Order: sequence, then structure tokens, then C-alpha cells
Amino acid sequence: MAHFEKATSVHDWLNQRLAIDTVRRVMATEYWIPKNINFLWAMGMVLAVTFGLLLVSGIFLLMYYQPNVATAFDSVNYTIMREVEFGWLWRHVHGVAASVVFLIIYIHMFTGIYYGSYKKGREMIWISGMLLFVAFSAEAFSGYMLPWGQMSYWAGMVITNLFAGGSLHADGLVEWIRGDYVPAQAFLTRFFMLHVLLIPLAILGLIGLHFAALRIPHVNNQDGEEIDFDAEAKKYLAGDKAGSKVIRFANDFMAKDMMVVAFYLFFFFYLVFFHYDFAMDPVNFDPADGLKTPAHIYPEWYFLWSYEILRPFPTDPGLIAFAFAQVIFFLLPFLDRSPNAVPANRRGLFKIWFWVMLVDMIVLTAMGKLPPEGIFSTIGLYAAITFIALWVVLPFITKLERKL
Amino acid sequence: MKELFILGVVTTFTLITYYLVEPFAHHQMHKHVESEGFAYKDLPALTKKGDATRGKDLVMGAGACTGCHAIKAAGIEPSMDPATAAASYGVNPPDLSNAGAVYSPKFLNDLIKNPAHALMVEHKFDPAKGKMHPMAQFYGAGGDMDQEVADMIAYLQSIAPKAEELTPKMAFETACGRCHAVHYENWTQIGEKPKFKKKQDELAFEINLANYQDSLKAYMGKLPPDLSMYIRSRGEHYISTFVENPQNYLKGTAMPRVGVTAESAEKVIEYLEDAGDAKRHERAEVGMNVMIYMIFFIIAAVLWKKEVWRDLH
Repeated sequence: MAHFEKATSVHDWLNQRLAIDTVRRVMATEYWIPKNINFLWAMGMVLAVTFGLLLVSGIFLLMYYQPNVATAFDSVNYTIMREVEFGWLWRHVHGVAASVVFLIIYIHMFTGIYYGSYKKGREMIWISGMLLFVAFSAEAFSGYMLPWGQMSYWAGMVITNLFAGGSLHADGLVEWIRGDYVPAQAFLTRFFMLHVLLIPLAILGLIGLHFAALRIPHVNNQDGEEIDFDAEAKKYLAGDKAGSKVIRFANDFMAKDMMVVAFYLFFFFYLVFFHYDFAMDPVNFDPADGLKTPAHIYPEWYFLWSYEILRPFPTDPGLIAFAFAQVIFFLLPFLDRSPNAVPANRRGLFKIWFWVMLVDMIVLTAMGKLPPEGIFSTIGLYAAITFIALWVVLPFITKLERKL
Repeated sequence: MKELFILGVVTTFTLITYYLVEPFAHHQMHKHVESEGFAYKDLPALTKKGDATRGKDLVMGAGACTGCHAIKAAGIEPSMDPATAAASYGVNPPDLSNAGAVYSPKFLNDLIKNPAHALMVEHKFDPAKGKMHPMAQFYGAGGDMDQEVADMIAYLQSIAPKAEELTPKMAFETACGRCHAVHYENWTQIGEKPKFKKKQDELAFEINLANYQDSLKAYMGKLPPDLSMYIRSRGEHYISTFVENPQNYLKGTAMPRVGVTAESAEKVIEYLEDAGDAKRHERAEVGMNVMIYMIFFIIAAVLWKKEVWRDLH
């Protein structure tokens, strides 16, 4: 057993047992971040705060929500919205945060793509981030089932049907996932479990992995400059704070993070109180009815782009294209053959690739919501083909890139 | 400056996406109907000034209204309970105590003369095919029919509560409540569900309600929906334009035009807001306070950042 002295203070007592000074140094004061960054580097903190809001509001909702097909709808819309003090607030915070979190995830992802933050040792940051994206998607979908409204029911029906695999007719798999022939009690209870236990556990673990993946390659910077962190840290600690290219995680980086978080929360709470409809689809305020299909079935906005890659094709090619869209982002670090880890504006053809991809995904998102008729259907088809084509050409155009 | 430019780019793409997915998509997917302000332009205007005393005689006598309608305000009790009435007529004929306040006079004028026309259910009730509307039309009591109808309307208005006395609940019950339940407000088609001391009484009520709903289902084609969450699922604009003219959205629907005045429609909306968006006032108040707090939070955060970064530049 280690040797312990009589403690001189509470701090000292804790320090002997938990090494809190070392932890603080390693995790905060001597965790070095490049100085040359902009507000987009705060999206990680914004996501952490939003996840915190989801977790806390979710805990409050969990105390009154009833995962039963007969009472789920009323437990949300009556009990939580009318009877529980501030239940409406927790529900709106939860619903709006669930939507906004994807906006920030997409900003975070496109920031990574633009600045090449998935290359040269940062591959695991990208992959763990993509795993988080998948986990958040599953969390969003399972949570969407819980109010047991019309969109819950029909989205559940449509998405679980995908697992039949088109011509494979794996109907047994679909029944196994649903626990019934149609979404019913077994379906609701298992998605409840997934939403409040299994997927949140996975998310917590993946957040740990995502943070750990950052530790060795360090955070990227605005110019893709390779920084000697040890040398710059020495400079900082020697007192040349202005000359050093690095800053402390806390309080230097944290202070900027919190400033961005403050502006973000202003925007977030504006949405929560005054503009929440975009995150809470009106159709889902009708109770689930298996005999009444809604006129338009569409996912929440953040799934629309991949939905539109599924939709314009015949069943089997559509499913293959959909599966392609789900996994292809994982491969980005390996499909990008360029030796340069610099911002896209200095990378020739990749710069064009980036902006076309961004616009194409917005077009897909818009067409995914609109009814698949006439011109919208055609635009959707071309946008889906463009999406696939962009990934096919990516290795070639990046291979052509000259080393900077 | 570069950061502001980046913020501008992010904001622009976000707003474009929002515009396409929300306002633009909604515009493409949902028919937009403008309200006519409950003017009922297709109906003829009242030409005569009514006399309430003569109207009373007509309503109680030659008009034969009280054969089917109760008027509790005038001491006339219903001749049947709701379930029995629905078994006879399809739906319980309304008590007319509040009719003069809830319904537009123009609508009442046309309703009394030709119910299926005023209610816009002529596709369902066609005398040529032997399908008569359960409310018999008024053929006149021997005098000037326009004058007689105006008199009856004047009488109904004289016994109705004043505009300011008409509560959202009264407006809803009169205009909507015999077909639509609102279980978040404890409202059923046969009235508010009371608290029962004995299980037998509760079951008797349930059986009574189920019988009523069966008749209603047969009359309307389906059980009209519970409206508890309609303020969130349909929204104010849809509800009020739908009520104004249900055929606008659902061609051939069995739901009649109910002919409410603009003021009563507002009361009905308020009732539905109380049911499905009960905490809206609290939300606005708390929201304002949170926004004010956030401004102070932003100021504090900016000052802290400036303080920490002073040495870093």
C-alpha cells in the first residue's frame, strides 16, 4: 500500500487519494489546444452542453412517461404537458434539443471535412465521431417512437420494413425487430429500453472514445499547420503566452467555448419557447392509428438526405444506395488520397467537391421532405446520383492533388 | 472579421435548409385556404328586422322548433336523453339557449329555410333520392316567411347570453360538442363526464355514451375525432378555416358547416388551446425571463473570455 501522510487540508487529503492536481493538469491546465482556431472549434462543447440538456430533460420526462400503447400518448400530451409542473418545459427542451443537436453535428462534421481534420493521425477522431452520429441517429429514431403519435407509428412501420431487404423478403427479421407483425406493445417497450438505456450507454462510451481519440493527435487548427505542442507549451509556461501557438484547455479555450455556448443557448431557448414547431411535427400530435395512414410520411429533417437517397430508385437499388449512404462517411479518411491536411480552399478540386457535396446534401434534404412527384422526384434522383458519384470520384481527384 | 464571415456562411446554409424543409415544403404539401372572416358570402343577407316577441310565438308554436330542440334558457327541457335523441335523429339536436350568440344570423336564416344547404351537406341529404336531412325545413307560418325567420332569430338572440358572457366552453359545446369529444377537458358527446361514487353509475354512463357514439357513427360515417390535441396537430389557421367551410379541405366530408360567428370561432379556438396547449401563457412568460437571463449570461461570458484572452494575443 502507498504511503499516506496526515493531510494538511481537504485539498491535500483528496490529492493524496485521487491525485486531483495531476488530473487537473492533464485534463485542463496542460491539455494544449492550438490558438489559431475559430468559433467552429467550440461545436464540441456546444454538443456536450446539448447532450447534457437532453440527458437532464430526459430524466425528468422518464419520471412521468408510460411506455404503454394505451397510455403513452396521453402520458406525454396530458400528464407531462398539463399536469406536471414545468413538464411542458422539459418536453420542449428535449424535443428541440433532439433536433438542434443534429444541426450542430452536421456543422461539426462539415467543419472536420473542410479543415481536413480526419487525416494524418486523426482518423480515429473521425471514425469515433461517425459512430456517435450513428448512435445519435438510433437514439433520435427510438425516441421518436415514444409519444406514440401517428408519425411515431408510421415512421416505425416504414423504417423497420427496410430490414426486409427488398427482394430478400426477410420478413422474419422485420417481425423479430418489431416483436409483432406490426408496431405494437412489444415494439414500443423495446424502443423505450433502447432509448433510455442501451443507446445512451453506447453514446456515453463513444463520447469517451471520441475525447480519447483527440488526445494524441491533438485538435487541428485553422491552417492545418503542424505544431510542435511540447515546444509551444514550454514557451507558454515560460510566460510567452502571446508568442506561443498553443493555449490551455482551461481556462483559455474554455472561456472562448463558453462564449460561443452562451450565444448558442440564446438561440436554443428562443427556439424552445417561441419557435418549436419545426422540431415537433404536427402530425405526431394525432394518436397512433394503424388504420389511418398519414397523407405524407417523412422523417425528421436530419434524416431526409439519406431518405432521399433511398426513395428515387426502385426497391433493391434504392436499399443498396441507402446502405451506401449510411456507411460511406466512415471511409472518408481512406477515400481521401491527398497528402495534404489543410483547409479545402487550398486543395484545388477538393474545394469544389466540398461545396458540391454540401449543396447536394441540402438539395437531398429538401427533396426528401417534398412529395415524390414531378420535378421534385427528378431533382431528387439527380441529387442522389450526384451524391454517389461524388464519393466515387473522391479518391481520384484527391490522388491528383499536388503536395503542398 | 473572418469569424463573422464564417458565421455568415454557416447561418446562410442553415436558413436555406430551414426554408426548404419548413415553409417551402409546407406550402407545397398543404393547400392554403384564406379565411373569409366568417362572412358566409354564399348565403343571402337578412332583409327584415326581427321582432323577438313574435319570434317567441313562432319558435314555441308554428315554427315547431321545440318539438325536437330544448331551450333550457326558456324553461324548455329536452324531450329525450341524448342517446335516445341520437338514435332518432343521428345526432342529438342542440339546445337553442346559446344559438343566437354562437351562430351567425345569416347562417341561421338559411338554416331554418334549408338546413342541408346552410350546413353544406347537400351531397349527403338529397330529397330527390329520398334522403332527408333530420331537421325539417321551415315552410312558413302563413305570413311573410323572411319576416317570420327574422323574428325567430331575433327571439333566439334575445334569450342568448351577451357576447361577453359567452365562455369558450359554451361556444364549444354548442357548436362542436355533440359530435366531438375532448377527453383532456373531460368532455364527451353527451356532456361532461361526472365523478361517480358507484361503479354501476359509471358503467351506465359509459353504456349510454357508447350507444350515443354508435348512432353518431352511423350518422356521420365514422366517429368524429377527439379534439384534445387539435390545436397542436392542425393549428389555429387550419381549424378556423376548416370550421368556416369543411368542404374547403375535405371535399364530400360529412362534417357540416356549423355557421359560427367570427367571435364564437375565436372562443372555440380558445377552448381548444386550453385543452391542447394549456401552458401557453406560462411558456410565453417563462420564455421572456429566460431570454432576459440569457442576455446577462452572454455579457458575462464575453467579459470572461476577454479577461482570459487579454494575455494571449
